[in-house]
Amino acid sequence: MASMNSPLVIIGAGQAASQLVASLAQDGFAGEICLVGDEPHLPYQRPPLSKKFLAGELALDRLYVKPAAFYEKAGSRLLLGQRARRIDREGRAVLLADGSRLPYSTLVLATGSRPRELPLPGALYLRNIADVDAIRARLALAKSLVVIGGGYIGLELAAVAVKLGVGVTVLEQAPRLMARGVGPLVSQFYARLHDEEGVVIRTGAVVRGLEAHGAIQRVVCADATHDADIIVIGAGAVPNVELAHEAGLSIEDGIVVDAQCRTDDASIYAIGDCTSQHHDLVGRRLRLESVHNALEQARLAAAAICGRKPPVIQVPWFWTDQYDVKMQMAGLSSGHDLAVVRGDAERGRSFAVFYLREGTLVAVDAVNRAPEFMMSKQLIAERAKIDPARLGDESVAMKDMRN
Amino acid sequence: MAKIVFEEPDGTERAIDIASGQSIMEGAVRNGIVGIDADCGGACSCATCMVYVPEDWLGRLPAKDSTEQSMLEFCPHVQANSRLSCQIQVSDALDGLRLKVPQSQQ
Repeated sequence: MASMNSPLVIIGAGQAASQLVASLAQDGFAGEICLVGDEPHLPYQRPPLSKKFLAGELALDRLYVKPAAFYEKAGSRLLLGQRARRIDREGRAVLLADGSRLPYSTLVLATGSRPRELPLPGALYLRNIADVDAIRARLALAKSLVVIGGGYIGLELAAVAVKLGVGVTVLEQAPRLMARGVGPLVSQFYARLHDEEGVVIRTGAVVRGLEAHGAIQRVVCADATHDADIIVIGAGAVPNVELAHEAGLSIEDGIVVDAQCRTDDASIYAIGDCTSQHHDLVGRRLRLESVHNALEQARLAAAAICGRKPPVIQVPWFWTDQYDVKMQMAGLSSGHDLAVVRGDAERGRSFAVFYLREGTLVAVDAVNRAPEFMMSKQLIAERAKIDPARLGDESVAMKDMRN
Repeated sequence: MAKIVFEEPDGTERAIDIASGQSIMEGAVRNGIVGIDADCGGACSCATCMVYVPEDWLGRLPAKDSTEQSMLEFCPHVQANSRLSCQIQVSDALDGLRLKVPQSQQ
């Protein structure tokens, strides 16, 4: 029978899990921690996977968030290459794939998300180190790549591949790129950017199937075919909620958690991509897939577990690097009624789009515009009402944007 | 390789060795320097790795680019001697550098 002497068990060994160990140590957690991860790696950063790590500019050991010694020092045991099969809530234990039983005092689900799979056998996906190793090896020999899905991952992959001299076509079924994440003006900019860099972008492209023709693969669309040496799918992610669901925890897209990241079982928390949490900025539950969300929820859960004051919540933020363009996004633009452009979105590679709802700044997409990003982060947190004319006026410095 | 000394927000001093080619932030994070969170992993997007550099070292560090400059301008508690440690690559020339981590980052 589990007791309070059982370890705190974390299922999942991504950035949320790693931050949780760090925050627990900082918050004075004295118990034993056990970290279960199904990959054979220490917790690592995923953002570089589709950027510098794919490009071969960042070595594997620099992906790791912390060295092995850190986890040891924090009183945590790593069970890597181990998959959790079931949660026994009554007996307060996790059943592992190897048949062993891991009792817990507190359980934290940091199970993350996985690529949305399409019924297209033969195509690759990009989510973990092994995926990138496979893609990189194939790219080295390839002349052509078709990316199915024009979201962040697909476009970052396209940007790296075309720089390696591979001919790249991106097929997006929506009418515009990154449609879930950014406004139409920003989508248009990215279509132009990739066009300028030599990537072929096809929006409204509905993929019907794949055909193999010897070593060449053919993507069959409704109105065209595209041949390639490699096909990679980047069609979004789905949360890993099966363990939680089978254990009877509430799921609404992600695992339902409260402001402290507690599920509806008081001894089970959930953090990171797999969660659905209420966000005051939009007044409803959301599932966010971002490093910021993973780290913030880890800090919230650690504070709750240790009975500490919760950290101050930041507005959600995110970034993407493609070519020489860094886009930094803050806030949540859903429900905005006005978009204001600062700078020229149609020429060059530097502008920002502000999103307002009833006069209040709710989000920004800042393309090579760090001041717009940093100032907006503060203004969004303050729920500031800003004169749209001033936002769009480059003669008004971002520093002076408070009315 | 360079030995770099950090003064943590509570005044604790810690000296760590960082390999050339890594950023100061990477070395700090790996060694658990308090107050260097580096949420974005070095993408110059979060400004949670700010350090204060002694006057006599400022000119000896690689120069700031415009993104770092802008990110710093909007950081709370920024000073003229602030840098983002993720943007500074370590070389032998930085051996002996002493950095202070702002109280606000604790």
